[in-house]
Amino acid sequence: MTSRQKTAASVANYVDERTGAAAWMKKNLTKVFPDHWSFMLGEVALYSFIILLLSGTFLSLWFDPSQREVLYQGDYQPLSGIKMSAAYASTLHISFDIRGGLLMRQIHHWAALLFMAAIVAHLLRVFFTGAFRKPREFNWIIGVGLLTLGIVEGFLGYSLPDDLLSGTGIRIAEAIIQALPVVGSYLSFFAFGGAFPGEAFIPRIFTVHVLLLPGIFLALITVHLMLVWYQKHTQYPGPGRTEKNVVGYPLMPIYMAKAGGFFFIVFGITAFLSAVASINPIWLYGPYTPGQISAGSQPDWYMGWLDGLVRMAPPIETHAFGHTISWNILIPGLIVPGILFTGMALYPFIESWLTGDKREHHLLDRPRNAPNRTALGAMSLTFILVTLLNGGNDIVATHFSLTINQIMWFSRFGILILPPIAFVITKRLCLSLQRADRDVVLHGVESGTLLRLPTGEFVEVHTPLTAEQSWTLTQHEQRPALELPEEDNHGVARGKVLRNKLRSRMSRAAVEEVTKPNSDDMKEIEGH
Amino acid sequence: MKSLSRYRKHRYASPLLLVFALFMIGTTFSVASASTKESVNFARSAAIDEGKQIFLKGCSSCHGLNAEGGKIAPSLIGVGAASVDFQVGTGRMPMADMTVQAMRKKPAYTAEEVAALAVYVASLAPGPAIPGDEILTYERDGNTAQGGELFRTNCAMCHNFAGQGGALSQGKFAPTLMGVEPKEIYEALITGPQSMPVFSDKIITPAEKLSIIKWIKAAEVEPSLGGAALGRVGPVTEGLLIWTLGLGLLIGIAVWLATKAR
Repeated sequence: MTSRQKTAASVANYVDERTGAAAWMKKNLTKVFPDHWSFMLGEVALYSFIILLLSGTFLSLWFDPSQREVLYQGDYQPLSGIKMSAAYASTLHISFDIRGGLLMRQIHHWAALLFMAAIVAHLLRVFFTGAFRKPREFNWIIGVGLLTLGIVEGFLGYSLPDDLLSGTGIRIAEAIIQALPVVGSYLSFFAFGGAFPGEAFIPRIFTVHVLLLPGIFLALITVHLMLVWYQKHTQYPGPGRTEKNVVGYPLMPIYMAKAGGFFFIVFGITAFLSAVASINPIWLYGPYTPGQISAGSQPDWYMGWLDGLVRMAPPIETHAFGHTISWNILIPGLIVPGILFTGMALYPFIESWLTGDKREHHLLDRPRNAPNRTALGAMSLTFILVTLLNGGNDIVATHFSLTINQIMWFSRFGILILPPIAFVITKRLCLSLQRADRDVVLHGVESGTLLRLPTGEFVEVHTPLTAEQSWTLTQHEQRPALELPEEDNHGVARGKVLRNKLRSRMSRAAVEEVTKPNSDDMKEIEGH
Repeated sequence: MKSLSRYRKHRYASPLLLVFALFMIGTTFSVASASTKESVNFARSAAIDEGKQIFLKGCSSCHGLNAEGGKIAPSLIGVGAASVDFQVGTGRMPMADMTVQAMRKKPAYTAEEVAALAVYVASLAPGPAIPGDEILTYERDGNTAQGGELFRTNCAMCHNFAGQGGALSQGKFAPTLMGVEPKEIYEALITGPQSMPVFSDKIITPAEKLSIIKWIKAAEVEPSLGGAALGRVGPVTEGLLIWTLGLGLLIGIAVWLATKAR
């Protein structure tokens, strides 16, 4: 033993005698994780969150969360002598006078956009591969919670500088609160401490933005990761991979290095973007006053779908019993998002209900082998893309020589017509891919070698797949549709007829598939 | 001449001579000045005539033979020289396409022809005049910060917070203000072209107009302080960038990291 090893051993021993960490570390440092690029999307979100904590702490050292009116006397001349809130003035101060302040602001904002983008990308990976199935339903719900909180946290964050754009966003939030029937106006007065804008909302959202929500985030992210640890990571199907094992590399040293390195890469790319690309130039927007507005006012992208929904809503209001119900805000601003997020959170339960599959799954689905789910995902994505397009309708209009009205009408119909079309097309594509898989398994891959037979006939030589390749393409199970008898054993009609009919129908749709080849098929084509 | 010289010292000689001299000076002056006025009038009517000729050839088919307007074009009586200078000087008139709104393009007429047209239209009825350099003293008299405040209150709702322009309904749009001449901005303010309202001197005083122009000119040359400006159109391009370059790069690197070493 060299002296260095001796020192290390004695330190390790010292710690172990007091904490008993060695046994725990031995078990957990060798924990195996499967390797795939798509498993790193969630990591991007996690690392962006750490970047957000670090840069946010830096910003909070100088940010003054107050709507006290001040006269700007700082370095940015185009605003010199303008009345503004202390929040806005301190953000200008951070941007122009604090060393590295503007870079930190931009890192914070770009990291926030990346955080949300990575969450959505991670969610799509989890959805399309069926990673949310038992036993991971809770983690799916936590994920949906993190997405929802992320939207709120981001919105509150870009509202804090109290510039013209963010104030416009707060005003829309106020309108959405007010659209709640009966309690809306009271809630709005409660939230803003009186009539809009008042002087309360910046200090209030500051507390929520830097204390309450980050605390909840930390707790939820911890639980999210502990569950991944406890339930072990899912893996893509392949030879040697089963529901009872995990094939991959140990945490120490492979993933320590990979994940640790990846953190710095994420930080590096965020810092690079922040150094070369401007984001939220609040000095150009000017301070918020309710009497001003800019053309092309937009929320950040993760709120864009909501803005798009509100923008496409037809102007419908009802007046009854001295109350006005603004359906044009209530439906797109609260009801549709409520349905979307509730549906998303409950999806694992809906799917297991209609497939009747209550077993544990640790092997992921190839998206083509779950055509219904994949098609549903494509349908939801199409829905969101239409709303996003309409959310940016004024920018799209000016940059592509279209009219806002055309885009609005396209969206109004498109939101209803395009998602079902996307569903059908995606489902057909999945089935075609299954058919292609079947062909490749049965007939091998076209080798490009032409062979002339003695009879003069030309044939192309097909190279058969290896056993491993065939396994990967055929390992998935194909379950029959649910059989829900309409009568029980005694010939009595079962209750809930409609519900069962619906369930049977959806179950039949869910199992629609191209039969995968089996050994009989292989035998049959032998000699062909 | 002896007889005349005899009266040289007549007691009426001096007053008479004075009267005569005054008469001569007056006559000379009046003749001389009359001839200048005559020539100015002559030049002006020549410009009006030239302007009218251009008008008859290029504009009257829509605006009417006497600029009285028609089914597809408004009357130009009383729109003033500023309006003509703006619309024709920026190439918006004559219109290439009447479907949505007049687009800025290469002017169809030379500066002299535009001036003649302006004189002709101004001669029909009084209207806003072309602001000269003596009015456009924005660099001396404007206040950038106040101009920004006025801009955000009155202009940003259509032209965007940084003067980049924005969409209006039915395909109409407020154009970008970057690269627009101070004179044209001033003319647009006092004449209200296309969908733009008129900002008369009572609503925005001439001094305030100069401040707005000064702010726009400052915004035009303001360096992009945080890096690439991304069009200064707000969060849409920012969102686009994070999904393409940001997440794209990271996915690329993730693929690389997950590739087995060979």
